[in-house]
Amino acid sequence: MKAGSNLERILTEGKFAVTAELGPPKSADAEVIRKKADLLKGKVDAVNITDNQTAIVRMSSIGAAKLALDKGIEPIMQMVCRDRNRIAMQSDILGAYALGIRNMLCLTGDHQKFGNHPTAKNVFDLDSMQLLDMVKRMRDNKTFMCGDEIRNSKKAPVVEPKLFIGAAENPFAHPYEFRAIRLAKKVKAGADFIQTQCIFDLPRFKEWMKEVVDMGLHEKVFILAGLMPIKSPKTLEYMKKNVAGMSIPDALVERMKGASDPKEEGVKFVVELIQEVKQIEGIRGVHIMAVEWEEVVPTIVERAGLLPRP
Amino acid sequence: MIVGERKPLSEIQEMLKGYKKVMVLGCRTCVAVCMAGGDKEVELLGSLLRIAATKDGSRLEVVEDAVERQCDREYIEPIREKVAACDAVLSMACGCGVQFMAELYADKPVLPAINTNFIGVTESTGVWTERCGQCGNCVLHLTGGICPIARCSKSLLNGPCGGSQNGKCEISPDVDCGWQLIYNRMKQLGQLEKLAEVIPAKDWTTSRDGGPRKIVREDVKI
Repeated sequence: MKAGSNLERILTEGKFAVTAELGPPKSADAEVIRKKADLLKGKVDAVNITDNQTAIVRMSSIGAAKLALDKGIEPIMQMVCRDRNRIAMQSDILGAYALGIRNMLCLTGDHQKFGNHPTAKNVFDLDSMQLLDMVKRMRDNKTFMCGDEIRNSKKAPVVEPKLFIGAAENPFAHPYEFRAIRLAKKVKAGADFIQTQCIFDLPRFKEWMKEVVDMGLHEKVFILAGLMPIKSPKTLEYMKKNVAGMSIPDALVERMKGASDPKEEGVKFVVELIQEVKQIEGIRGVHIMAVEWEEVVPTIVERAGLLPRP
Repeated sequence: MIVGERKPLSEIQEMLKGYKKVMVLGCRTCVAVCMAGGDKEVELLGSLLRIAATKDGSRLEVVEDAVERQCDREYIEPIREKVAACDAVLSMACGCGVQFMAELYADKPVLPAINTNFIGVTESTGVWTERCGQCGNCVLHLTGGICPIARCSKSLLNGPCGGSQNGKCEISPDVDCGWQLIYNRMKQLGQLEKLAEVIPAKDWTTSRDGGPRKIVREDVKI
């Protein structure tokens, strides 16, 4: 065990993992986190705490992760490269570890153009690959990026942040031919687990996973398939039109349009998808991204036969 | 070349308020090539300012001139008398030219008529695009001659990110994904294996992050 988190334990023991997303509020309201944590507790193994997702200012990932932790649910702290340089990143990693956070997901981050502060300056001192490398070095080499040992003074003990390190990969972004290679780079850089972009296009996902397995990457990294329950055909059409790097088949849009109860159809789709991805070689769990619809996660997990959690 | 674009006339007029005699000074190098601040643009801006002044009844005398380069002392020294005869200089050079003029003519207000945008190329007539991020430590040999710093919206060294679709960047369908371009070129060169390597974190000290930059060449210094 590298970090000793619940997620790491479940994956290492070969059990099928379930993670979900817990989005922090656009306010300082701690109750939002506590309520969502109560909803998800016992239903999933860990929750991703997003880091100013889509570049909209929200409660910090670290702060919200600590609130979730206090409610007894394990957080996966997300960190994007958009807003922090290597100094702030390492400092926040030390703070997060000291607060009890044991999982971290390293991301590039959406461009600020999409958010509520499009006039901001971005950072991108590191990219997600270099962030992975840095977190791994902090854990395994017990050094900062500069090479200094992680200790308060020469006489003080080395106290390094031992994190279970995650990354994302998007099999649906272009160029397709590079996506498995990019995953290999993330594994090389330090990823212990991967959460994929949400799957709507199963044939393309399978094609990518085949390449991943052929490269032997599934034996080096735990891959969790990303899933997103959709509430309405409108949402799906919006994403198809406006969110880059998504592959949404027309057949799915039609299915949602034809449904008498679109919410139920959305849940059904994800439950079916879970059964499908469980059959794919190399898939070690699922990551359910119910954006601002966390209350549906327990239903999905139960109907997919994934309860009780180990 | 340095690519710039003239500021809106209203902004320039606002800057000129209170001055009676202004010199519009063009630069015949980069900004002339990108049609922002050369002789022709000086003439045009001079006319626009005169017309505007006549319209609103303000008294503004506009003197037009241009030099080879405002970033070289030898070209801006000889116009000393002309500068002295004006209340202010409206420089149509890039930000470097404006500053060098201001440095030489310390007692004269030197105002910018141009927004300096980027180092780029003429892609086609009337279209200029950015190519270099001036990071001070070129990586073009690693990325097929396409700069990831300047041409990826996130300056990623190990792209493309998850927002690359149909060759375009997530920020706009009008922006090419720099990493798709890099991928295509490396494929063409038969060097895709180079992209499998993780490019380590960049040392930004050679970039603006290291503070204002200076090059001293002892071999040519006088």
